[in-house]
Amino acid sequence: MDNLTNFVVTSLIFTPVVGAIVLLFFPSENKSLLRWCTLFVTLLVLLPTLWIALPGNESLSFQINEAGVQNVVQTSWIPSFDIQFFLGIDGISFPLLLLTSLVSCLAMGASWTIDKYVKSYCVLYLLLLAGMMGVFLSLDFFLFYIFWEVMLLPMYFLIGVWGGPRKEYAAIKFFLYTLFGSVLMLIALLMLYFNSDLRQLSADQLATAHVAAWDEAGQLLSAENYKATIDASEYPVHTFNILALQQLGQHSDVFDQTLLFGKSIQWWAFVLLFIGFIIKVPSVPLHTWLPDAHVEAPTPISMVLAGVLLKMGGYGIVRICYPICPDAGYDLVWVVCSIGVISMVYGAFAALAQTDFKRMVAYSSVSHMGYVVLGLGVWSATAGSVFDPVSWSMGVKGAIFQMIGHGISSAGMFFMVGVIYDRVHHRDLNQFGGLYGKMPVYTAMAILLFFAGLGLPGLCGFIGEVFVVLSVWKLSATLAAISAAVVILTAAYILWAIQRVYLGAQYRGPHSEDLSEINLREMAIALPLCVLAVVLGVFPATMFRYMDATVDQQIADLVEWTEEVKLPKLRAEREEADKDVAANAP
Amino acid sequence: MFFTLVNHLTSDTFASLPGFGVELVLCLTIVVILLARMFKFSERMDSTWFAILGTIIALCVLSPLAPWDISQSPARMVAIGDLPRVEMFTGMLVHDGFSVVIKTFLLVFLLLFFVLVKLTKAHRKPDSPDFTALVLGSALGMCLMVSANHMLMIFLAIEMASVPSYAMVAIHRHDRKGSEAALKYAVYGAATAGVMLYGISLLCGMLNSAHIPTMAFHLAENAASGISPAESVILVMAMLMILVGVAFKLSAVPFHQWCPDVFEGATAEVGAFLSVASKAAALALLVRMTVGLTCLESAPLKLVDWNASEQIALADHPELISPALGSIQNFVAWVIAVMAAITCTFGNLAAFAQTNIKRLLAYSTIAHAGYMMMAVPAVLALVSIDPLAAGQCIGYLGLYIAVYLLMNLGAFAVVAMVRDVTGSEEIRDYAGMIHHSKSFTICLTVMLISLVGLPPLAGFIGKFAVFAGLARGYLASGETYLVSLLVVGCVNTAISLFYYLRIVKAMTIDAADSNTAPMRSSPSILQTGYLWCLTVPVLVLIVGWDVLNVWIQQAVLGLVS
Repeated sequence: MDNLTNFVVTSLIFTPVVGAIVLLFFPSENKSLLRWCTLFVTLLVLLPTLWIALPGNESLSFQINEAGVQNVVQTSWIPSFDIQFFLGIDGISFPLLLLTSLVSCLAMGASWTIDKYVKSYCVLYLLLLAGMMGVFLSLDFFLFYIFWEVMLLPMYFLIGVWGGPRKEYAAIKFFLYTLFGSVLMLIALLMLYFNSDLRQLSADQLATAHVAAWDEAGQLLSAENYKATIDASEYPVHTFNILALQQLGQHSDVFDQTLLFGKSIQWWAFVLLFIGFIIKVPSVPLHTWLPDAHVEAPTPISMVLAGVLLKMGGYGIVRICYPICPDAGYDLVWVVCSIGVISMVYGAFAALAQTDFKRMVAYSSVSHMGYVVLGLGVWSATAGSVFDPVSWSMGVKGAIFQMIGHGISSAGMFFMVGVIYDRVHHRDLNQFGGLYGKMPVYTAMAILLFFAGLGLPGLCGFIGEVFVVLSVWKLSATLAAISAAVVILTAAYILWAIQRVYLGAQYRGPHSEDLSEINLREMAIALPLCVLAVVLGVFPATMFRYMDATVDQQIADLVEWTEEVKLPKLRAEREEADKDVAANAP
Repeated sequence: MFFTLVNHLTSDTFASLPGFGVELVLCLTIVVILLARMFKFSERMDSTWFAILGTIIALCVLSPLAPWDISQSPARMVAIGDLPRVEMFTGMLVHDGFSVVIKTFLLVFLLLFFVLVKLTKAHRKPDSPDFTALVLGSALGMCLMVSANHMLMIFLAIEMASVPSYAMVAIHRHDRKGSEAALKYAVYGAATAGVMLYGISLLCGMLNSAHIPTMAFHLAENAASGISPAESVILVMAMLMILVGVAFKLSAVPFHQWCPDVFEGATAEVGAFLSVASKAAALALLVRMTVGLTCLESAPLKLVDWNASEQIALADHPELISPALGSIQNFVAWVIAVMAAITCTFGNLAAFAQTNIKRLLAYSTIAHAGYMMMAVPAVLALVSIDPLAAGQCIGYLGLYIAVYLLMNLGAFAVVAMVRDVTGSEEIRDYAGMIHHSKSFTICLTVMLISLVGLPPLAGFIGKFAVFAGLARGYLASGETYLVSLLVVGCVNTAISLFYYLRIVKAMTIDAADSNTAPMRSSPSILQTGYLWCLTVPVLVLIVGWDVLNVWIQQAVLGLVS
């Protein structure tokens, strides 16, 4: 918790904001200056993130063996609501932070083709980046919510101003869907806040949750002292601290009171939050904004949208839904898993039916993100008497890995589609064909990225999918079989697309004379994605090493909760029911 | 006997005066403005300057951070948290932290409003002295509304605030639309005032008093000894009729019909005044009446001990009679909750179809009145369970009013300035605005998005606070209508996005065509400076709203306890 850590972690959010404000004073005619400066700012976000990723610096480097939150930044912000400015990194958020900073840097590189209102574009882009980093960094629910919403307005303009022919429709649809999800989240947030009570936690739990308080002189109180202070309080002490809410959800019954229609507070909170998050993921049936937004958005924004924004839904589920409301998560395991599987199947079939190249990639995102929901939803405890936390942990790790893998492959696919769109100005799959002859290097890279999306062994898409499918087996063989079968559909639509676009007779469609080999700038963007797709596929440990400790810890906590709280409760209920049956028997 | 009365009256009046400073300064300013026309040397002075000066003096006299405690003799300045609730002028008015807060908002608004009037062209000479005098007169009535403690005072204050606004709407003599709007406004206002007066007389007749704390006490006594069916009919009728008058001022459905027409007919400046100041005062009055009539705990201290024996009788056994008010609280909370939900939803839905930006903002005002009214049922539900939380809910309402003041004034200011340069108030004429004036576009976008309630803009703070009050009320009392209200509010937030974004889209994405009214001149540096002065707080308030919240919370601390 030294100054360097504070500065670096905070700067990940505020460098883009400061950059955006500075850019406002640049002349808007000098487009290349604006672009280079924005790229420089995204690098200023990427480089510190890489610095944290690499070992070497004692205070700043990510400690892969530490399960809890590290590099914590914490100050009091709105004391009257117990809101804190609370940032931190752990094994769940850190891989996503790496992904965000990388994809946004590459997508800025892809933004050179944006020629209209460059200054506004750069400013909005940087604000979007600040919001994305903020979501993954913040550990205070209020702060999380604010960053979650900060992204909406820049995204609306980025799609609405720089998008394709139906940009306005797509932009407002995106905005309305997400806003609807987030007001549901707001309700859940208020419910959880007003039911939370820090007095229920022990001093140790308070320390684990990084619940901080300051005395009059501004000195940080120790957990014991703070515990003594709040125990003396007559009223409940509410909190927005996500870690403290997790502790409360797992170690106390504050969220178990009945709220409406016989369901508990955590059931309602889970449902509301889950709807909010799967709108972002997006899962069927709330996915319809995604194809429109993707098709109309300019290429770099599609990259960010698919590469980062969709991951926020998954991140929210794993960070907030399950740890805070485990009881509801346990009860709703079938709903969650079914939604995941339905999205996979529906997304794959829909992708097969598309003739627009970008729309096909968009539906493939729906399908691939289904794996994430499924992996997170797996709760092997329901598999009857055999309780197998190992496969559950595999599911969660697989889901997080799938988010990273999909972030790389889908950003790459959208970029590859963008490259040909820039040259031929259409995306009709049926008009393409034979690009291989004119653009061999480009085709090789594109095929590699599409194979990564397909989930070819040895590429990044494979690991996540296989982990998730294996983990589901214990829960339900049917779901596992269906999700494994989706791989065939995926192969079908991707191979068919490759065949229609890259293979076959030479391209004779519109603008065929403009087809030129991928240029140096485009190469610089595609190459890192290709390399990562291979590296992560061959050495998945490069990502797993960051998430292992944290995910294992979270699963261990939830397993402990299942064994000590949920299973006895279920047993008691069953006995009760048996007794009733016995009593009523003639 | 007579001499005691006179003695008491004199001492009461003199002791009350420091708490009445704002109203006195406003009166004085009106007199100065009217007199200034009579003399050669002052004839040419712009009366807006007088008004600005008067508002600043009034603000200093009020001293929001350390208001006057008039229960001490002589009156002293105390921290806002220590301000006792004291009756003034034989119980006609009450001086407490809540009135200080709302009066501060009113005066700050008035100040910003006069600066706006100075910067735009609609209210220049020769009407300027009349206009400023009317505005100040209306503001005076609003200050009285905020601190009313007596039914007579409530009625007088509402009329005092309304009558000048009728004239303000029709200030442009040859403007047919304005005259029509003013006529509608006046007829509607007169009718609702009549209904309200009838309700007041019913209620006062039944409860043998017009002094609100005494009425609350008698009501509780009646309730404790059982209300007969006939009495309850009268009670319900009277309460609904009084609510009609307040709902008219709040433009709550179904008494909102005047609102869009009046806003369309009046200038944008007058629209801003009606939509911010008038709403703030009406909400304060709603809180005063509902809380004052239904909870005994809120009775303020007496400045002069009129009749010692009665005082003791009142405080005899509140623990016996105050629970009897529960059902009445519940009824009032229900009525207001239903009205709030309908107002909010109707306002948002009706706004979809508007093509005139002032009409759209009128419906947005109606919707926001709904959001703000939502705080009141939460207060009433909490009052008997957790008075501290109920007090905080009133504070949340104050927070909403504060941010609403900024953002709505900002939106109307842009509309007024755009009208000055293009002469149009149609949304289609905002197309392509970003190419002509970046400041207008950015400021109006920020204001509108803030009205949606999207973080990190200030509007979110108000919404968050009011919704937090609802969630808290629901979890403490278990009343299902509070959670329904919360859901209605949240869903409305999402649907309101659509029509606010339509304006944003017109300005930024749509291209101007040949039919778009052109900008004849570019806005002056003072105008854009003014807009940025309103926009920057809306943007950065999220960083430091704790200060504002703490100040309001301290001020309303004693309101219900």
